This record gives sequence, C-alpha cells and structure tokens, in this order.
Amino acid sequence: MDFFRFERDIPFMRWGKYSTILSLTIFILSIFFIATRGLNLGVDFTGGTVMEISYGQPTDLARTREVLAGMGMTDATVQNFGTSRDVLIRLPTKQEFTGGNLSEVVMDALRQDDETVEMRRVEFVGPQVGQELLENGALALLFVSLGIVIYLAIRFEWKFGIAGIVANLHDVVVILGFFAFFQWEFSLTVLAAVLAVLGYSVNESVVIFDRIRENFRKLRKASVAKVIDNAITMTMSRTVITHGSTQMVVISMLLFGGEVLYYFALALTIGILFGIYSSILVASPILVLLGVKREDLVKPERKPQEEALP
Amino acid sequence: MNRYPLWKYLIIAVSLLFGLLYTLPNFFGESPAIQISPLRASAQADAVLLQQIEQTLARHHLPFSGTLLEASGIKIRFADTDTQIKARDVLESEIGNDFIVALNLLPNSPEWMNRIGALPMYLGLDLRGGVHFMLQVDMDGALLKSLDRYSSDLRSTLREQRIPSAGIDRDGDQIVIKFRNTQTRDRAIAELSKTFVDLDLRTIDTADDFHLQVAIKPDVHKRMQTAALQQNITTLRNRVNELGVAEPIIQQAGTDRVIVQLPGVQDTAKAKDILGRTATLEIRMVDDESDIEAALRGQPPFGTELFTERGGGPLLVKKQVLLTGDRITDAQPGFDQDSQPAVHVTLDSNGARIFKQLTRQNVGKRMAILLVEKHLTEVVTAPVIREEIGGGRVQISGRMSSTEARDVALLLRAGALAAPMEIIEERTVGPSLGAENISRGFNSTLYGFLAVALFIAIYYMAFGAISVTALSVNLLLLIGLLSILQATLTLPGMAAIALTVGMAIDANVLINERIRDEIRNGISPQAAIHAGYERALGTILDSNITTLIAGIALFAFGSGPVKGFAVVLCLGILTSVFSATMVSRGMVNLLYGNRKLSRVPIGSVWKPKRSKR
Repeated sequence: MDFFRFERDIPFMRWGKYSTILSLTIFILSIFFIATRGLNLGVDFTGGTVMEISYGQPTDLARTREVLAGMGMTDATVQNFGTSRDVLIRLPTKQEFTGGNLSEVVMDALRQDDETVEMRRVEFVGPQVGQELLENGALALLFVSLGIVIYLAIRFEWKFGIAGIVANLHDVVVILGFFAFFQWEFSLTVLAAVLAVLGYSVNESVVIFDRIRENFRKLRKASVAKVIDNAITMTMSRTVITHGSTQMVVISMLLFGGEVLYYFALALTIGILFGIYSSILVASPILVLLGVKREDLVKPERKPQEEALP
Repeated sequence: MNRYPLWKYLIIAVSLLFGLLYTLPNFFGESPAIQISPLRASAQADAVLLQQIEQTLARHHLPFSGTLLEASGIKIRFADTDTQIKARDVLESEIGNDFIVALNLLPNSPEWMNRIGALPMYLGLDLRGGVHFMLQVDMDGALLKSLDRYSSDLRSTLREQRIPSAGIDRDGDQIVIKFRNTQTRDRAIAELSKTFVDLDLRTIDTADDFHLQVAIKPDVHKRMQTAALQQNITTLRNRVNELGVAEPIIQQAGTDRVIVQLPGVQDTAKAKDILGRTATLEIRMVDDESDIEAALRGQPPFGTELFTERGGGPLLVKKQVLLTGDRITDAQPGFDQDSQPAVHVTLDSNGARIFKQLTRQNVGKRMAILLVEKHLTEVVTAPVIREEIGGGRVQISGRMSSTEARDVALLLRAGALAAPMEIIEERTVGPSLGAENISRGFNSTLYGFLAVALFIAIYYMAFGAISVTALSVNLLLLIGLLSILQATLTLPGMAAIALTVGMAIDANVLINERIRDEIRNGISPQAAIHAGYERALGTILDSNITTLIAGIALFAFGSGPVKGFAVVLCLGILTSVFSATMVSRGMVNLLYGNRKLSRVPIGSVWKPKRSKR
C-alpha cells in the first residue's frame, strides 16, 4: 500500500505568499481572542477550589446551587459532566476558609441535603501557588523554546533555529487561541500538552530540515525553493503517517480518557494538525525569507574537493 | 551487510529479558492488607506479636491469606476489602494503643520477584486515591517569635549588667535598643556581643537618641529556618503516624514548604484537622500587677499581651516565653484530682529543670499555659503555683471536655511545630475515581496501540509487523523501566505512555519510508534496508532530542501531575530510540540478513514513471 504518489514535487514555496497571509491571519486572530476573551484559567492557576461529586441518582443542579447559595456561596459555578449524577463545583478562594477547609464545609452541607452524595475529587490551590504554577509554566515555555533554538542552531544553522521556533510558537499560539475562543478550561495538564506539542511538532520541522540539508548536498544545481519543495514532498508520506498514528492514540484518549485527559487530548489534536501545517507552510517560507543558502549547511571548504570529483 | 555481531543480539536479548521480568509484577494486581508498625520505640513488631494477631483474627473468624514479618512491621494479607476493614477495627481496639494499624495494598507478585526488586509501578494519588497536601511554613512568623525571645533575653541581660536603656522595641525584622548616651551604648555593645554571637549589632544615631540596631545574622537566620522546617517535618511525621497511614510521603519542597501525601486516606477532614492544626504550647507568667483596665482599653502595658482564659475572664500575660512545647516528651489524656478531664504532660530533662526553676521562683504567682493555634492563642489555664514542681510531670486541667483533652494530648504528643504552617494546596481523589482513572489510562493506551498497530501492519506488511513488535518492546521496556525506578505513575503519566506509543511509531515510519525511498531509487533490497536504517538514524536522533529538551524542561519546571508526565515522556523517548533502531534492526537482520532477497517485504511501493526528477 502506498498512499502518496507524487509524480513531481509539490510547489509549496510558490504558495509561500498565500500561506504566509493565511498563517498571519490565524496567528493574529488567535492573539486577538487571547487578548479579548482571555484564557479560561483553571483552578491550578487562579487558585480556588474544585470539587467533583457524585450523587446516587440523577440530580438537579438547581438543588446543589441552592445548598451553596444557602451557605452564602453565590459565586460558585455548578455544572454537570459525564452523566447527570456527576457534578463539578468551582469555588473561588475565600478569605474565611483558609487551609482548604472550604471543601469540608461544602461537603457537609451537601451531605445533609442528600445522603447519597459522594466526594470524588477535591482540588484546592492557594492563590500564591497558582501564581507560581503560572510563572513556572511560562518559564518552561521559554526554556523549551530557547533549548530548541540552540539545538537547531548547533545542529543546522541559526536560520533553522529561528524558523523552527517561529513555526512551533505559531502552533502554541493557535492552541491558546482555540482555548480562548471556546473558553475551554486551561489547566496544568493542558499546559503539559502544549509543551509536549512544542517538543513534538518541532520533530516535523527537524525531519524536513534534515532533508533540506541532504538535498543541498545532493541536488547541487537546484534552486533553494526547489530544494525545499523536494524535501517537503519527499517527507510528505512520513509526515501524514506519523501524525495520523499519533492522532489515533490521541483520539483514543479523547474517547476513553475521561474528563481529566479530554482537554489534554484536545490541545494535542490542535497541536498535531497545526504542527503539520506550520512545519510545511510556516517554517519553510521563513527559511526562504531569512535567505537560507546552500553555503549555510554545506561547508565551503569541502567544496573544492567535491568539485574535483568527476 | 545487514548482520549484527552476537553482542548486539545479546544486548537486545538481555534488555528484553529485563523488561519482561520487571514488567510482569504489574499484572499480578494487589490485594488488601493491613500493616502494623510500632507507634512507640518500646513496642516491637515481632513473632510474638504476629502470633497474638493471628490468634485475635482467628477468634473473630476473620480469615487471612498470608502474613509477612518485616523489620518495619507486620503485614497481613486478606482476600477482600470487607474482611480487611473488619480486621483493622478488631486489631485497632486490641493493640491500637501501641501500634499503628493501617490499611494497605500488597502486590500479589510471587515472593522471589519482590526479592529481586521487581515490584509493580508506584501508583500516584490520582490512581489509587488519597490526599496530597502542600503546606507552607510561615517563616516570618517563626522569625517574629525568635525576635520576641531575643528581645526579652536582651532586656534581662542589660538589666543584669545594670546597663540603663531607654527602651527595647521590635521594628520590622530587627530590634532597636535606645540609649541615653554613647557610653552606655558602648558598654552594652561590649556586653551583648559577648553573649549574643548570633546577633549583628549596629549603631545608629538620631537627633536626640542613640540607637543600637540588633538583627539576626543572615547565616544564623538561614540555619534557624532550616531547623524550623526540619522540626516541622518531624512533627508532621509523628502526626501522620497517629493517623495510621501506610506509606505516607512527607518531604521538603523548596526552602519553606512541605509536601504530605497520604495514599488511601478517605477521611480527609480528620487528616486535614490533625495536619492543619499548628498547636504549640507555651508557658508564660501572668502579670497580675499591671493595670488590666488600660489593656482592655487597647493599651496593654509594655511587654505584656491581653488574653482571655478559657471559660474565664481576661488576663494579662507577659510576652516572655519560659517554656515551649518542644520540651514535651509525652502527653496523655486523663483526669485530675477533681475528676475533671486533664492532660498529663511529661517534660524532657532540660524542660523539667526549667520548669522546676520557674515554679520555685514564682511560688504564689500565676502561670499561664497557652495553646497557640495559627494566629489564635488561647490561655487554656492559668493556675497559681503553690509549690515547686520537680520531676517534669505537669498536669494541665482547665475546663475542657474529655474529647478536647484527648485532642490536645494528641497534638502535644505529636510534637510542636517550630513555625506555623498552612495548607496552600490540596488534591484529594476518592478511591472509586482512582480505580476509574486507571482503567481510563489503560484503555486509552490499549485502543490507541491497537489502532496504530493495525494500521502500520497493513501499510508496511512484514516491515510493519516488525515495527509493531518494536513498538511493543518499547512499551515493555518503558513499563519495566518505570517499575525498576519505582517512578510514580499518574494519570498524565499514563497519557504520556499512550503518547509515547503514538510518537515512537515516528522512528519506525521514518525508517520504513526511507527504505521505500531507496527502493524507488532502484537499489538492491539488502542495500535499501541498510541505507534506510543508516540514513534515518540522524533524523531520529535529531527529532527525539528536541522532544527530550521539552521533556526535561517540563520536569524541571513542572509540578505534581506535569512532573509525572515529563518523567514518562523522557524515559519513553529513550526506550523508543533504542527499540526503533536496535531492536527493529536486530529483528530485520535476524529475519532477512542472511539470505538473498528478491524484494523487500515492505508493502507495495509505488514508483514514479519518470526515473529522475
């Protein structure tokens, strides 16, 4: 079986102008949504309490809300997830309940209202911890970006480092844009997914860069655009099959992973799809834009020797 | 060309064997058990106790399936959770005074496996249920406390040496002593620098006053903080022991935080109450001479504080702390002479000496026993000292119920905290959700793996089957490695295992696509296989190293669930590089290396009509 039958190279670089416009539009839209709507930061980052409770029978959310309102917690959000028996309660940080006592108080009140209620999960994060987790997340993002740029600069050349990281940050911004637009909850696990995408989708760029380097050595007469087109075309089949396989696993996570892994898998899905797009139509045009040359990768001092060959 | 030397096959075989051996324990499951360990140094978990336990269980008709006598304690295995809980209750009432009786899970893997360290993966709290707390130590509070202690020491030293001062005040994180002239200040500096080596003394002159600024030296301050944290950790450990938890984790996090993990704890309210309480005991003198009226108006006389006695009226207490809770060696609930609930406290020799001295010097005066609980200080009782009390046995009684007496005793026995602490993060997972999370993670991995395996096998035929085998080996090695390292497996960790499956296939795809490329170029089958593997290697390394960079950053900056994810991701990268290059190559060499191939069994390869681009 062979899905990919290209008679000749696909002229990706000729589409460079349009793809750059498209990428810029998506990028700016993402930034716009992040700026206007903001991320729906989870309790990990904002601080507060999340409780997951389960009733013995299908329950009416209004009743749960009433109990909470009776305790003066009108700012609580109550919602179903999974089945109608499972309820998720979010409570902002309260001054008078320090040390995570809030969940116990709420649980007691709910138990008085309905005996069948069962505590499944509680997460309490103090405001200072939330701030730290956010800072650490940003630090990790910075560190990964720098690490990748440095690695690519050493292994290839600085232009490849820049192109690679721009393409990958493009993916990250798009994921964040999606999360902002749909107001999906952005939690610590989603952050892990975003960082994993950063590492994973740079693979894609690396594979193409490797081919570009090889082609610079092999196709000595071809223009830069042609070299890149050929590299992308030649790796196309690997790109799609690899990402398809990864996506299969991610879909399996979406289906079977439960609510904790749901947004994690969702972030990965966006990351994988845009990862393919960006390494082909973002990273490579940037390479051209930065003026990548054969001499950048094929060392000049070797040249006379090679030319001496028949 | 496609042949491996024997040693390479041996490496593959040995790593496979190890992977298999250490992965196996995960499939045996766990059975409910009870863990019994001594609560006090005087009690011993030995064969005699084991016999006693066996007899007790037999008497109550509670069948058990095995016992294990270890240095740390006794473990008893049960067939089901019902019996386990019943047995716990029985044993708790029988030997609970001297031993911790905790619920636990024991791996069902055979004994010889345990002996060589082949244990199942260590499940995180989100998979087995339990509580995770992060506590913040209030170092500022600890500093203030020691500054208060220092200022009272300074005052008494100056008084003893008859050096007049115009007042000692605490200002922020330092103490300021005012003097009338420089001569007295110089004398004071000479005297104080002799006795207080831990303090930095600095002179500051204002318009009409001569100040001496006293601060704790930075290195001493640091040492105090470390000591405070260490003491708090020890205290927490003692308190957790009182709770009866098997395999608790109590560890330092950063310079001023402690992480407490209690697997399997279901009564979180109780756990929080015991851990969160920061009771320390202080003994100070009551100031009956000063004007309490002024204090009630909001101006307590210098060096005193206003408190309300439990069930009594307000009273003035001197700020100077004479004795603190860390001198307590034991505290038991009981009753006093009037059959009122009381706590009997035993002090260590140093504490006993101090207590004897202070009671001798203050006969006829009132002494206040204060219970300090996070910003809330309460005078439990303020008895009049009738005579010198020696021997270090103190009885605290003062309008408390017997439940309160028991709680106070527990808190005092469990030791005092050097500095107040506060829970700043909590993650609790109920046991049912834990079990559900395991199946979620498992199913995600299983179905993801099956889908990928099926697709790859169809697409690349024989070479696909080899890739799938390499992928299984990867999974085997990864789980084996996680088991050997006893790394904590969390739900995000399981997600990382699934993701590793999806990402590890990349290396195989790269290789297979390369081989197909070479075939398209018209090279002979053996040469194509060889070139495919060789050429793909650089790319595989490059792309995996970038992912590894991300993994390491995640590990360095991540916390909790993210760390678990990062560990698995990093290990998965290592195993996948190994399995994709060494193992799959080894299999190909073994299967096809020694014979003539007319074509490479890698599925039908389409060739472009024009031979050259």
